[in-house]
Amino acid sequence: MSEMAAHDAHAAHPPGFAHQFEDAGQQKDAGTLGMWAFLVTEILFFGGMFTSYIIYRSLHLPGFIIGSHLLLVKFGATNTAVLICSSLTMALAIRSAQTGKSKSTIIWWLVLTMILGAAFLALKFTFEWHADYVEHTVPGAFFGFENRPEWGPNAPYVQMFMCFYFFMTGLHALHMVVGLGILTVLVIMTARGKFSSEYYTPLEISGLYWHFVDIVWIFLFPLLYLIGGRYPGS
Amino acid sequence: MIGLAQTGLQSAAALALMPFQPPAASSIAGDVDQLYYLLSAITIFFSVLIFSIIFYFMVKYRRRSEDEIPPETHTSMALELTWTIIPSLICVVLFVWASALYVRESRPPANATEIFVIGKQWMWHLQHPEGPREINELHVPVNVPVKITMTSQDVIHDFYVPAFRVKKDALPGRYTSLWFDPTEIGTYHLFCAQYCGTDHGEMIGWIYVMSAKDYAAWLAGGEKTESMAQQGERLFTQYGCIECHVAGGGGRAPSLAGLYGQPEKLASGETRVVDEALIRQAILVPNSVHVPNYQPIMPTYQGQLNEEQILDLIAYVKSLGSQERNGK
Amino acid sequence: MSTATADIHHDPVESNVNYLNSSYGIKSWLLTVDHKRIGLMYLAVITFMFLIGGVAATLMRLNLVEPQGALVEPETYNKLFSTHGIIMVFFFLVPSIPATLGNFLIPIMIGARDVAFPKLNLMSWYIFVTGCIFAMIAIISGGVDTGWTFYPPYSSLYSHTPVVIMALGIFIAGFSSILTGLNFVVTIHKMRAPGMTWFRLPLFIWALYATSLIFILGTPVIAITIFLLGLERLFHVGIFDPAIGGDPLLFQHLFWFYSHPAVYIMILPSMGVISELITAFSRKKIFGYSFVAFSSLAIAVISFVVWGHHMFVTGQSVYAGLVFSVLSFIVAIPSAIKVFNWTATLYKGSISYQAPMLYALGFIGLFTIGGLTGLFLASLATDVHLNGTYFVVAHFHYIMVGGALMGYLGGIHFWWPKITGRMYPDIWARVAAAIVFIGFNLTFFPQFVVGYLGMPRRYAVYSTEFQFLNIMSSAGASVLAVGYAIPLVYLIWSMRYGPPAGRNPWGAKGLEWTTQSPPPTENFDVPPIVTEDAYNYAYAEAPHV
Repeated sequence: MSEMAAHDAHAAHPPGFAHQFEDAGQQKDAGTLGMWAFLVTEILFFGGMFTSYIIYRSLHLPGFIIGSHLLLVKFGATNTAVLICSSLTMALAIRSAQTGKSKSTIIWWLVLTMILGAAFLALKFTFEWHADYVEHTVPGAFFGFENRPEWGPNAPYVQMFMCFYFFMTGLHALHMVVGLGILTVLVIMTARGKFSSEYYTPLEISGLYWHFVDIVWIFLFPLLYLIGGRYPGS
Repeated sequence: MIGLAQTGLQSAAALALMPFQPPAASSIAGDVDQLYYLLSAITIFFSVLIFSIIFYFMVKYRRRSEDEIPPETHTSMALELTWTIIPSLICVVLFVWASALYVRESRPPANATEIFVIGKQWMWHLQHPEGPREINELHVPVNVPVKITMTSQDVIHDFYVPAFRVKKDALPGRYTSLWFDPTEIGTYHLFCAQYCGTDHGEMIGWIYVMSAKDYAAWLAGGEKTESMAQQGERLFTQYGCIECHVAGGGGRAPSLAGLYGQPEKLASGETRVVDEALIRQAILVPNSVHVPNYQPIMPTYQGQLNEEQILDLIAYVKSLGSQERNGK
Repeated sequence: MSTATADIHHDPVESNVNYLNSSYGIKSWLLTVDHKRIGLMYLAVITFMFLIGGVAATLMRLNLVEPQGALVEPETYNKLFSTHGIIMVFFFLVPSIPATLGNFLIPIMIGARDVAFPKLNLMSWYIFVTGCIFAMIAIISGGVDTGWTFYPPYSSLYSHTPVVIMALGIFIAGFSSILTGLNFVVTIHKMRAPGMTWFRLPLFIWALYATSLIFILGTPVIAITIFLLGLERLFHVGIFDPAIGGDPLLFQHLFWFYSHPAVYIMILPSMGVISELITAFSRKKIFGYSFVAFSSLAIAVISFVVWGHHMFVTGQSVYAGLVFSVLSFIVAIPSAIKVFNWTATLYKGSISYQAPMLYALGFIGLFTIGGLTGLFLASLATDVHLNGTYFVVAHFHYIMVGGALMGYLGGIHFWWPKITGRMYPDIWARVAAAIVFIGFNLTFFPQFVVGYLGMPRRYAVYSTEFQFLNIMSSAGASVLAVGYAIPLVYLIWSMRYGPPAGRNPWGAKGLEWTTQSPPPTENFDVPPIVTEDAYNYAYAEAPHV
């Protein structure tokens, strides 16, 4: 008797249902709350570095301005646009699933998101970080103090700024790479037909993660690239 | 058995005669001890209260049969408020008392003798302004307040004199200070109280509080050394400071006469008091504190001067007087 | 089906299949997603880590019987106290109750089949084990000598020990905490059985919920702080080095921002256990349920704004000192409220003295002393004298060992019959509890005295006048060690030879006591529906006058 009931109950469960839950609604709620809780931990995680950055910036502004002006704003701005577009494509992927569009539509939007994310990383590594490497502005043993007499007494704070630049954008890039991995998994899951307009929770909560990574960049860009003013009259 | 009894009695005697606090040898030690007694009384009172109530309930309400059924629990707002408000009031009293004492502790008297201390792994270097330098020992006259200004040469240390009930971290890269007024002649422990590596436990010494007569004798009896200000003056010439900071003004850098203790407006717009910290910053990161009407051309002495020499230079600048400057 | 009255005389016919024997083989354990098995796997690992930390403590106390050090060189002693602190804090106390009892009990207590994310739960265990492995590698490579507090510049520039490896171990173990906390928060929010409203939850759940909030909000900060310290040590970039513009005090602020709430991670779950034990062994509803519940939340929230009391003597401004002092007094009040409510619960109860109750009563006494000695440290003027001395060491050991660890042992003893289906010999358990209580006080009370006398902490060698108290403390430690060893023996013995426990050997209330011992994999034969409050013990009507 109980076996029959269990079998019937199982047949009624939607795809992707996990048995610790009572019903699909509870599962979706739990997954969403879980992702939001995780994002809160990420805010605190980045928050430690943001706090340290803010403290040192207010103590040593001149050195930080010099450091900021070493960065390539063109690429930072382009990357910001690239990421914002990738959030759009991610949202469209979720929307496609929500409105029951075909697998290939969803995959198309996911892949586009991945391309934009990869473009972000490519621009960063090839044009910005490589340039820093060549010009000896990577902090550490090879930091180019000697050929920059104009930095004067601010030199140690320029290195400190570059530290924060690499740590913060590096941590962000790491999150992007993880995001690309998640997107790959989502593409595979979509291709295997796991999602429908009733069940697309993994897409939705991965979207939350992707948007969060985007928002972190939106804070990083002005904080790192735009301080001290770069244009006449500012 | 007899041996055991003997050891037992000896231990008991030791326990009975053992003091519960170190000697109270400074002007605030007695006050700190009184606060400590109050805190101990509160602790003992509430611990005994809770222990006895629990013990009483344990006995009176022990289960006598498996079938017995206790009466209903009635929550009482009155009780909840009582045991929230009373502890809160006690905390208010403790906070006010302790903070008042702490604020008093943070303000050295104006006539305090200044002693400069550099902590380094694993010893204390103490400098009297008149010149004598001591390692791990400090001789001071009784009833004369002393202000210790200190820094560390390497890691974080902490200057702790239990008998005076004072303690402060010595940090690399900045100055911290504490003060005490020794009220009892005697010899007292000096401990490092911030873990600093292998011989943290050996970074200890003695404070000798002497009568005025004995102190004068000690001061006179040591080998003749220059005062810190004299050493500082020598360094001021040796390192070329005098070439720009011309006395009487007119040089490439402002004169330092009468500068110490005055508020100074910097080129960045902010105003800061010229104290030990500012002078140290000026020596090590000069163009972060340059003043208007002068070019920021001072070279940095980072790596050329050690902490002792910086303290000597500060003493020299102090000795140039802190009276009102007139229109320079 | 409402929660039936505890029936300790007539058990229903039991199925022979439970979570322990439903599948066999090492793979069925290492790949399990059953929260109960995961709880047991955590129990095994943290017991091992406790032994490592305990060995370090033993060697320390042996060394301290002589002022010049009886056993080891200062270099080794420094590594011993650092190892003891790091292992006990990060690899024993922080995970202890949440990962073992929490994992096992939370779903059962709220009437669920498992936690919200069982696979994440298993991953958390593997992450924790990885962190432990890195810590063991650091210990085997000689151990770090920075203290568990890792203050720079010593830890970043001067120490010649495997700091980065140990930091990596802590960093990794931190993620295990974060994910466990996340799992618990979602589970408690979303998976309570029908009728299990927030205010019908056992107080153990409230306590673990508050703890999980701290896990989520605090642990990421220590993660990034340790990460920055590791980068500083590897690349010398000057974040904490004053010579190149950094600030060693920034590290202390960031470190204590987590590490103070961390101490509440360590005590809140224990307080939750005490609420369960006091009610079960006096067979009464808790006095002031909502006060105890809200106190747990209040402690979690306020714990985030008191970190500066670890830095009163660092030269921070007097105003900062005043603010942190007043907040530190405020955080003491909810704990006091709890102690009074537990004591009032005993009033007119029907009290029995099995081992779990002895641990609970010991907790209340020792936590009271520990908490009150915290007031000495919240008071600015006395903290100046006491900071960095053995007084602080005694204070936190009263809370961590006299409090948290006693609560943990009480909980293990209380729920052991549910977890294993067996009873242990209660006589031995009571004897062990008494030995722990006596040994504990002998070890740590002298440290209050020697601390006020001025003996600094972390001293491998010390001034001769402190010797007598140190010998007393070390003698007490040997008694304490015996008290810890005894349960290992009879608990393991009971797993094979203990009499079957039945569903509810204590006659306690709570969903966990309505199901089999050990529980089936899905926790309940039939998913429960809750219709009564927590601790709804039968009570006698007031006599009509």
